[in-house]
Amino acid sequence: MNRKEKFAEVVLTVVGLTSVAVLALIIFFIFREGAPFFAEVGLGSFIGGTKWSPGKGQFGVLPMIAGSFFVTLGALVIGVPLGLGCALYLSEFAPKRTAAILKPLIEILAGIPSVVFGFIGLTVIVPLIRDRLGGPGFSVLASALVLGIMILPTMVSISYDALRAVPQVYREGMLAVGANRWQAVTSVVLPAARSGILAAGILSMGRAVGETMAVIMVAGNATIIPGSVLDPVRTLTSNIALEMGYAAGLHRQALFATGVVLFVIIGALNIVARSFVRNRVR
Amino acid sequence: MAPSSGTDGAYGPGALKRPKRSPGRFGMALVQGCAVLTVAVLVFIIGYVMVKGARVMTPGFLLGSPEKMGREGGIFPSIVGTVSLTLASVIIAAPLGIGTAVFLTEYTQEGLFSRIVRFGTESLAGIPSIIFGLFGFLFFVIRLGMGWSILSGSLTLAAMMLPTIVRTSEEALRSVPDVYKETAYALGASRWQTVASVVLPTAMPGIVTGVILAMGRAVGETAAVIFTAGSSLRLPKSIFDPVRTLPVHFYILAREGISIENAYGTAAVLLSAVLLVDFAAYYILHRISKKRPVARR
Amino acid sequence: MRYPKSGRRLASVCLLLCLTLGLTALPGCARRGDKAAGSITLAGSTSVQPFAEMLAEECARKYPDRPPVNVQGGGSSAGARAALSGTAHIGMLSRELAESEKELEPTVIAIDALALIVHRDNNVVDLTKEQIRGIFSGRITDWGELGGTPGPIHVISREEGSGTRGAFDELIMGGEDVMARAIVQDSNGAVRETVAGDPRAIGYVSLGLVDDRVRAVKVDGVEASVESVRSREYILVRPFLFVVKGDPTPEAKEFLDFVLSEEGQRILSEEGLVTEER
Repeated sequence: MNRKEKFAEVVLTVVGLTSVAVLALIIFFIFREGAPFFAEVGLGSFIGGTKWSPGKGQFGVLPMIAGSFFVTLGALVIGVPLGLGCALYLSEFAPKRTAAILKPLIEILAGIPSVVFGFIGLTVIVPLIRDRLGGPGFSVLASALVLGIMILPTMVSISYDALRAVPQVYREGMLAVGANRWQAVTSVVLPAARSGILAAGILSMGRAVGETMAVIMVAGNATIIPGSVLDPVRTLTSNIALEMGYAAGLHRQALFATGVVLFVIIGALNIVARSFVRNRVR
Repeated sequence: MAPSSGTDGAYGPGALKRPKRSPGRFGMALVQGCAVLTVAVLVFIIGYVMVKGARVMTPGFLLGSPEKMGREGGIFPSIVGTVSLTLASVIIAAPLGIGTAVFLTEYTQEGLFSRIVRFGTESLAGIPSIIFGLFGFLFFVIRLGMGWSILSGSLTLAAMMLPTIVRTSEEALRSVPDVYKETAYALGASRWQTVASVVLPTAMPGIVTGVILAMGRAVGETAAVIFTAGSSLRLPKSIFDPVRTLPVHFYILAREGISIENAYGTAAVLLSAVLLVDFAAYYILHRISKKRPVARR
Repeated sequence: MRYPKSGRRLASVCLLLCLTLGLTALPGCARRGDKAAGSITLAGSTSVQPFAEMLAEECARKYPDRPPVNVQGGGSSAGARAALSGTAHIGMLSRELAESEKELEPTVIAIDALALIVHRDNNVVDLTKEQIRGIFSGRITDWGELGGTPGPIHVISREEGSGTRGAFDELIMGGEDVMARAIVQDSNGAVRETVAGDPRAIGYVSLGLVDDRVRAVKVDGVEASVESVRSREYILVRPFLFVVKGDPTPEAKEFLDFVLSEEGQRILSEEGLVTEER
């Protein structure tokens, strides 16, 4: 093997490790900034505390965890059925040409900057909720609607791929025994694509949990555990972005600690998603 | 939209069993409704922004400098900032991402090492942009002393787009038929020669598509950029200067209510850029999949 | 031999790290040198940022040969930190210096007044300090209790740590907490936009940002205006500070002088800030 070969191999190996190195750096820096906070304030009063008032030394992040949870749940309730239905239509029922045009079109949704979604939420959805349903408009519902739309491309695209991966024989078998297309889809195709669809849901969840700018604009950012869908909420991501610029000392560490919590949640989601994807491959 | 009953025949003998048809009809109408709704939302968003922004999108707006915090004047510095930030991040991320993909597909077999690399890439893909922003701020802006600059911003964005480039390049590389490689090896080519002269050129359109798609995401990124590239309105002179990219400018204009009109104009420019980039990517992808149906499946 | 052995991999990792650090550190060094002579960076309070941008714009128009001025947001504390660490030449604060920031040299560029704003159609015109505290702490929840059209009050506040919020806490709340239910927006403009769109909302912003879509209520019977601030009758005021660490660089000094010049002060007062009478 000549030297050029050797060189290429070494360079590519090194390059291949970039993403691992970046990941390690990110974890190192975020945890290093956040860790002292846990030592000082304690994990329990941080995760379990319901009062966020950094000026008074109260750092309860539970309202934000609850906020992220409810907003994400709402986004999934809206986005998953809609996205799955859309994927089903494109993969099982739509004429080929329609699917060939619509799928890339829907994937373009993913390219629309999140601030644009947020702004449309702010100018269209928030006033609509305020005038029709009451409350200030900035709410769990507004955030869930905006995020529900934002996760559509992920949901549609990945579940479409999962549905397309189901062998054609399955469908033909059902039709041969006298089922109609809908029955074939519900009784065979959907179950066969189950793990892929689950992975799509989990990845969408990751996107919803991690979204920041759009949520800040429509959520209202109040530090309460919401009692209704019309109440304002603050998510973990907004908590960081809202207060980072102003924070100093312990407050700043608390925001990095919020980042750590977010990181752990996203990490757990990723691991779950990966296990589903792996099951599908096997 | 007409129901897709026209394709019934092609799919299967729909006339075989009549009694069970009604739930099928309902279900189909439901999923079709989902598709229509999704597309309607898309069209609404794009239409809404474009219609409201079109009036402002004049040459003077595109090429002028912002005045009075952006209340008046144009967005030229932000356009320059967005373009340079995006290009810089592609220049950093593309070689790394493509290199990683080549490494994964051609230089290693599935094993612990490749699993670690893949784990790193996939984990990176799941990290929220705000975390990238925090990291970029701590590491590039403060620790390495680059300040708020195109450099800090593009390094952060490069880290964000790395997973997309790796994934799409890997797919493109894997879709190169084995015969090509075997032929090259049979002719006595070494591994690097095979990669450089056969595999990469064949996979190039797919790779380019992936890079363009990643670029489209980078153009619209806000949270990570605002922490690392700053929000200065001045025209950047070098990569060490801070910039206010289009999404950040839009966010500030709209959020602070400085000028809702100019905000829509900025959003329309931004959206046009993203759509243009996306269409370019799909056009390239479409052309190759037509030329080489072997690609996948 | 197809795959590098583990030892070589380890070496590769080290090489990569060295490469990354080396590549990224190089421009870092270049940057430090370049900054001293090149541009001026201002960072800090988002309340001060728009005014600083206008000053920078005007300064560049008047003195095209001076080094360019970059204005960043980030917040008062970030501004103080940036000035302390040297990331910015001048920090912008919309509050007094904290104990830990005392080594910075402050210059008051103008006085800002906080206006309590409500929707244009709201018929409440006068609130006492006590009532405002009641509203923001959550004891008063209905406009009917204040003589307005009955309906729930939507309280809009600023985020914890912001200079505006700090001033509001200090001047109005007097140790009481702003209720957790309050909607939080992250800038003066965002608060104004929210109040302008919601007939039941109340919020607080810089006096300069009050426009015809919202209305400032009287506080203890005193109208919020430049005159009432100058005469010390209106009590909700705070300083806008430019801070530097040690002696400012000559370029930064030039800019500071411009800000304090008649022209700089005129720009600030045109935008609604209160400056010393001339």
